[in-house]
This record gives sequence, C-alpha cells and structure tokens, in this order.
Amino acid sequence: MSRSRYTRRLPAAALAAGLALAVSACGGEAADPAAPAASASSAQLNPNADLSKQSVTISVWDGYTPKELPQEIKEKLKVDLKVTLHATNEEIMAKLTAGADTGLDVAFVSGQYAQALNEAGLLEPIHPELIPNLANLYPEAKELSYDKGNTFSVPYTWGTTGICYRTDLVKTPPTSWNDILNPPAEAKKKVTMMTTERWLALPALKVLGYSVNTRSDEELAKAKEKLLEAKPNLLAYDDTTFGARLTKGEAAMVVAWDGWCPTSEENVKFVIPKEGSDLWVDTMVVLKSSKNKEAAHAFINHILDPKVHGWAASNILYKVPNKAAMDIVDADLKAKNTPLQMTPADLLQGESIIDLGEDSVKFTKLATEVAAQQ
Amino acid sequence: MTRSTVSGATAAPRSRRSRAPGRLAFLGPGLAYLIVLLLVPLALLLSYTVFRRGRFGGVVYEVTGENFTRLLDPLYLGVIASSLKLATIATVIALLVGYPTAYLIAQLPRKWKTVALVAIVLPFWTNFLVRIYAWIVLLSGPGLVNSTLEGLGLGPFEFLYNQGTIVTGLVYSYLPLMVLPLYAAIERLDPQLREASANLGARPARTFVSVTLPLTLPGVVTGCLFVFVPSFGNFIIPELLGGGRSIMVGNLVRDQFLKARDWPFGSTLALALLAVLVVLLLLQAWSARRA
Repeated sequence: MSRSRYTRRLPAAALAAGLALAVSACGGEAADPAAPAASASSAQLNPNADLSKQSVTISVWDGYTPKELPQEIKEKLKVDLKVTLHATNEEIMAKLTAGADTGLDVAFVSGQYAQALNEAGLLEPIHPELIPNLANLYPEAKELSYDKGNTFSVPYTWGTTGICYRTDLVKTPPTSWNDILNPPAEAKKKVTMMTTERWLALPALKVLGYSVNTRSDEELAKAKEKLLEAKPNLLAYDDTTFGARLTKGEAAMVVAWDGWCPTSEENVKFVIPKEGSDLWVDTMVVLKSSKNKEAAHAFINHILDPKVHGWAASNILYKVPNKAAMDIVDADLKAKNTPLQMTPADLLQGESIIDLGEDSVKFTKLATEVAAQQ
Repeated sequence: MTRSTVSGATAAPRSRRSRAPGRLAFLGPGLAYLIVLLLVPLALLLSYTVFRRGRFGGVVYEVTGENFTRLLDPLYLGVIASSLKLATIATVIALLVGYPTAYLIAQLPRKWKTVALVAIVLPFWTNFLVRIYAWIVLLSGPGLVNSTLEGLGLGPFEFLYNQGTIVTGLVYSYLPLMVLPLYAAIERLDPQLREASANLGARPARTFVSVTLPLTLPGVVTGCLFVFVPSFGNFIIPELLGGGRSIMVGNLVRDQFLKARDWPFGSTLALALLAVLVVLLLLQAWSARRA
C-alpha cells in the first residue's frame, strides 16, 4: 500500500482542447478531454497471434500487482512477463515522454496521465475484441471523463478523497469541507491537509462550489484566501503519514484518500463531504511503441479476471472497477473497511481530475504561496 | 595497476614521462567521477535554465528568459530570503554551541578526546530520516515530552511544526559538522601562544579574542559553511519538523522537479541556490588565504 501515495501526484501533462474548454471549466464534469489527438491510427492486431513468441514488460508501482503474477501469466498465456517499477506518475511520464523506445508494453498510470500520454500520441488504442473481460467492468467505469468509453486506457483501481476522522476526538462528525477549513474548537491544530497541489486546493474549491479542474485565476485566488485562512488552525500539511497521525491521536481530522483511511481501527471513520469530492483512477495503458501488442492486451485481459483483479481490493484495499471482482471480496473485510462499500454510483458523484496542461503551473504556484505564507 | 603501466613504458627514462601516467592513474578515478557525475549534470542543469517546460512536463528546447523573470517573483525571492534567514540562525546557534564544545574537547586528555569525538559523530551512524522522525515522536502533541510534562501538571505545548522546530532540527542535524573543523583548528593551536599572551599580562578573555579566535578563524569559517550549506538547501526538515507549514528553497526545487515536472524552472532555482553557495565558498577561500 505504501506505493500508492505517489500515484496521484500532480497531473502536469497536457490537455489539448481549446479555449472553449478552459472557459467551461467551472461546475460539474468538464468537457470530454479525451479529444482525438494523435492516436487515430491503430495497429492491425491479430487475435490469433502466437503469444508464446511475445513477451510483455510492464511498469507499475511497487506492490500494486500480485507477486506471483509472472508465473501466472507464464502458465496461462505462455508469455514471459517482466515487471519493472516506478515510484511516481512523474517518474514513468518522464521515461515515456523522453522520446526513446523504453521497451515497455504496458504502463500503470493515473487517469489524467493516461490522458496526457494519449494526447502526446504515445498510446495504442485499446482493442476491446482482445479483452473480453472488459465485460466484468461496471458500466460506470466506462464513464470516466478523462477517457469516456475506455478508448485508450483500462481502469485498474479507483477511489476518492474525503475526511478521515476520530469519532472520539470530535464532538460532531464532520460533514463538510468547512469542518477542515474552519475546524471546531476541539479540533483546532489537529487537522491536516494534503501537500500535493490538486488535493490541497480540493477542499477550498469544493466549498466555493468550483470545479477541481478550474483554470480560472479568479477562482484560484478565492481558493487561496480560504486556504490561507485555514492555515493557522492546521497541524501540518501531510499526504503520507496522516493515517498514523490519526491513530496516534496527534490529529483529529485529516484529508485522506479513501484507501488510506485506517477505518479498520475502532474510532476511525471516513466521510465524503456534502460539497462533493474528486474521483481518481489508476489505469493500464498499452504503448504505441510496443512490439507485443497482442500479448499486452492478453495481459490486461488477465488482470481483469475477477480473481486477479480482486487481489487489489483485498490486499491494497482500493476499490476496483470490476463488479465480478468486488463481489468476491471477503464480506468481513468490506465490513471493516467502510470505503470498500462505496458503490460506483457514489464514486461517480466525484469529479474526475483531468490534466490541465500549461495551467497546472497555477496550482503549483498556489501551493507554494500557501506554504510560504507565515 | 599503476606499476604495470609504468614498467610498460619500456626504455623511457623513469623521469617525467613515466610519472605522468602514474599521476593520471591516481587522479583518474576521482577526475572521471567528478566529470561524469558532477560537471556533466551541472552543465545539463545550466542549459535547462534557458528552456521552457513542455506541455507534458519535459523540456522544450526553445530559448527563453522567462525562468529568470519568474525567479524575481517576490514569492520565490521571499522563500530564498526566509531560507537564508533560517540557515543563518541555525549556523549562529551551531557556532555558539559548537565552539565551547570543541574547545573543551581539545583540552581533554588524549583518551577522552577520542571518546568525545566518537560521541560527536555517533548520530551519523543512524539514518538521518529516522533521527528526524525521532524528534516528532519526542515533541508531538501526545509525544514523550508532552506526556511527561502533563504528568507534572504542565502543558501540553505545541512544540512542533513551526520555524523554531525547523531551526532546532537543522542545528541538531549539522552540529557535528561544526564541532569537527573547530576541534581540528583549536587542537592545532600551540598552547605556548596562549601562555605567552598570559605572560604578557592579557586576561583570558583578551587572550581568547586576540590570540585563540583569530587563529581558529579558518575552522570557524569552515564549520559555519558546513552547517550553512546543507541547512540552506534542506527540504526534509521543513517538511517533517516544519509540518510543511513553511518552505525553504530546497522544497521549492524538489517540488519543481518531482511535482510540477517543471525542470527548467527547477534548474533555475537550483542555479540561484548554487550561486549563493559559490559566493560563500569564495568568501571562505579568501578568509582561509588571509589566515
């Protein structure tokens, strides 16, 4: 689970769509960012290709797939699987956008990064006929705003951001992002917010009724004011150890990703504030430069097998967008870890974070301004 | 390895010609290391400062001066200024604590000197991050210090997550780097000079100001530099002990590379940091030559 903290780091890559999109950024889901870019040409893939002549190299976060995966793939598909690791989205993006052939066939990246890679023309469109297990996905998993219809990415895990809190340290359970920005007396100096810019800004943007994907300077300036007002009441900015702070009692309320909230502890609960939140997705993509595209699709198909995909839910406690897989997750585990009970409909309430391209520097600057203020 | 090279140069007189490859063999590894791992990356870093960030992160090779204009934004200048301030405070405190310590160690009998010096470097045997986390365990709200104080009917106090704790962390982390060069300078001092000063009627304070301090000044400067340089560029301590509530220039550089993926601007910030340090090193070289 340790790897995951980095998965959803700042989306810094691009968004091609024009000014119209920039203006429409406020409110609800932004327009479809998966505007057709360079990825029009798709290779002719042979469904009957001899996979034993191919091998697949993937890049994934450490601990994000089962250890036995290479043996499994070898047995089932007769394909040699080589697993390489990346620590952050930025790291794999740097590798993939550097220009040279990386030798990678499949990469695991967050949704907004898949979007950027696609706009850069680096992705092979998904050939659904080679992935029959796509049928296992929830219908909602095809409605993700960075890639409607899963044309270039296949979702692996998904979740949201909310408030994780100690029931014994707050008098009334939090219901709003305002409880974080302006905490009740008993929680003053016992609140943490995220450091990573998009999630740092999220509570303020949502309280103001703005989109998490806003590009408006005016809206960001208002959000900054809110964040600066909140700063004196915060314990710290933290997006790695907030769970531990909560269990130790150093913090009473923290902004947390759902899979990270230690809800299996007795006094810890997770809530999505009434103003709404985000929806993040980690995806699998096939690279255009891959010479093993049939095997790459077979690999993704294998991952979508309920047993394999269910591993992620049971072991890293992230929800997977796979109905058959979620159905076989142990009921006790679900009962203990309430975020696992969230339905796809609940999740779809959240606004997908999309890549803001050039405008992402606005969020970086906002975060710097908030941190630099004394 | 060297020997075979030398004997391989058959008939040549064993004078200048045979010495050159020998020297190269000694210098070679270090030189190669510096060139490949320091100069080349540094040159790359320098070259990035004039380019632009690409839409996808990377570097777009279009010459621009916008990184330097951005550097002049009061926001970033403010961060650099506050880093200078925190690093200077940490250095002064380390000097005030470190000088008497080093002086005392230098006066100890030989056996105890070794013990004391080992004690000074002992913290380095433990991972830096672990030691910083230890401070959090000690000082946090429900931490050891607070729970002890509460037992005595005091507190709880908010020790952590402010600029004070950042300075504390910096002093704690780099104090040994202050003590060691000071010790070396004080230890080298001929005791007879101090005796002569006393014989000539100077009080201990006068002796210290006129004899000891000027003679150990190179040690003072080196120690200050050893503390200031890593303090100025630090980003772990502000993040952990500062709770991310204040940032230093190191955080700024780190964030540009790892979060914003804005390598050109990150390089420009790193260059600014480097410029400050080069000025300091020049000052040190100058003071060392004078001493």
